[in-house]
Amino acid sequence: MAVGQRVLESAGFRQEPGRLTRLRAWWEQEHVFGYGLITPALVLLVCLVAYPFGMAIYFSLSDYWVGSPGAFVGLNNYREILSNDVFRQTVQNSFVFTAIALGFKTVLGIWLALLLARNLRFKRLLRGAILLPWVIPTALSVLGWWWMFDSLYSVVNWTAIRLHLITAPGPNWLGQTAYAMTAVIVVNVWRGLPFFAITVLAGLVSIPREFYEAAEVDGASSWQRFWTVTLPLLKPVLAVVILFSTIFTFGDFNIVYVLTRGGPVNTTHLFATYAYQIGLQGGNLGQGAAISLFLFPMLFAVVFLQLRYIRKE
Amino acid sequence: MATAASARAKRWAAARSYGNLAPFLFFALFPFYFMLVTSFKSNAELYNLKSVPFWIQTGAITDHYGYLFQRTEFFTWIKNSVIISVVATSASLVIAILAGYSLARLRYRGVASFGTAVFITYLVPPTLLFLPLSQVVVRLGLSDSIWALIVTYPTFLVPFSTWLLMGYFRTVPREVEECALVDGASRMQTLVKIVLPMAVPGIVCAALFGFTLCWNEFIYALTFVSQSSQKTAVVGVTADLIRGDIYYWGSLMAGAILASVPTVIVYVFFLDYYVSGLTAGAVKG
Repeated sequence: MAVGQRVLESAGFRQEPGRLTRLRAWWEQEHVFGYGLITPALVLLVCLVAYPFGMAIYFSLSDYWVGSPGAFVGLNNYREILSNDVFRQTVQNSFVFTAIALGFKTVLGIWLALLLARNLRFKRLLRGAILLPWVIPTALSVLGWWWMFDSLYSVVNWTAIRLHLITAPGPNWLGQTAYAMTAVIVVNVWRGLPFFAITVLAGLVSIPREFYEAAEVDGASSWQRFWTVTLPLLKPVLAVVILFSTIFTFGDFNIVYVLTRGGPVNTTHLFATYAYQIGLQGGNLGQGAAISLFLFPMLFAVVFLQLRYIRKE
Repeated sequence: MATAASARAKRWAAARSYGNLAPFLFFALFPFYFMLVTSFKSNAELYNLKSVPFWIQTGAITDHYGYLFQRTEFFTWIKNSVIISVVATSASLVIAILAGYSLARLRYRGVASFGTAVFITYLVPPTLLFLPLSQVVVRLGLSDSIWALIVTYPTFLVPFSTWLLMGYFRTVPREVEECALVDGASRMQTLVKIVLPMAVPGIVCAALFGFTLCWNEFIYALTFVSQSSQKTAVVGVTADLIRGDIYYWGSLMAGAILASVPTVIVYVFFLDYYVSGLTAGAVKG
């Protein structure tokens, strides 16, 4: 306030400043203006992210059903789901799904980025086409995959049978346990690969040419150049992409929900689909919230690593 | 001779690159091609195990699209999606511009922790909070209406757009702003008249990306709305087109294709903006 008035006086305001002028001067201070601009965002995030998060914790500690808030039951919900075989299966599924999908996305993503980085004709068109699976609404494109994995009319099986790779009728992709997990992982890789490739490509483009030239002068083969120049310089981008993708693969819902609903016999359930089944379809919000809160340790670990990484940069 | 040989080697290398890319292109595009073919095929051909599934042999038909337009609420779903995406994105953009400028440019106590808070919410997957949010929506009296989604979509739009815009605001030279302030412009005028015009690419990018995020969103739209007339295009097609019998694949694929069109249009015309939005989190952050 004092600063504002002094500024006004020195700027030639003789008369006693009116209320409006004083308000304006107050608003013009850097910190007041800064808090003012951030307030709407903070109110939103507190009301619709922090508060629901608190609610999730409260639900998970009580016997809360849709339409009937229940009593506080301590860690009962957690105890119950931890001794539940379906939940244990879900935990195992989530780690298998995330680890395998992430491995494929990383390796194929780097390879695809290296291919896209070459100076080819139709470069824009190629990149645009590669990115398409990421752009189309996942729930809708997965409907296409659902049809491709149909138990009777699967185009995958039709082709494999004609090529004499398998014998008719071929696997029931979404109805047999190991195949269902494979199908879900394939679709996740299909959808996530463009994100890896395009982001790594952005990282590749920012590597100065001189590094490669220097390696070439030293007689490094293209493989050696990849290991000694490209990969180490890609590390920052890769770290961020992998961490980011870990959260969203671990917390995936759309693919499993549309393809298998967690089946067959719960072998493709992930935390989100199982929480949906228990919390919304089953109406047990308390246990549902407890299940989805198991995503939190993963989120926490990733945020921690990422923040440490950014600070180090 | 040497140049001819090197030209040949170059052409060979290019051919190999295209050859290596081909499987990736096939993998990426085949599902869409197959959906398109399915949506124009007659049921008789679709469910004939002897016919080749890859193309249409007995003539393309538009019955599946006709079914979509006449027997379902497809246009209502599209209208809902448009309203939700436009309103939620615009509102979020205003909030994010203010917050992004504040975090990127102004110095005050706590600014760093606010930035961290926005970053953390940016990383929260929607699947973590959909259960309590469904109850918040009920308490606000918005359940089963498009307003449930207009109110909740900013929870992922605002952190994303704020984060993206912070990067753009940082590229505006400080001197320009300081000149405006010295010339007597208020801080708000400086933001609106000087900084915003220079950050237009970032704002366009955040708007387009936000629109597609809203359009494609699934779990909230599935969870908070159950009345067919209030559904979004993505959920309407996924949930309401699946009937008891098995002969729905044609109209299901037709619906999936048509409901993807708006996202694809945005994408085709603004590819570069889209890519910069996609990589912003990873590269700029």
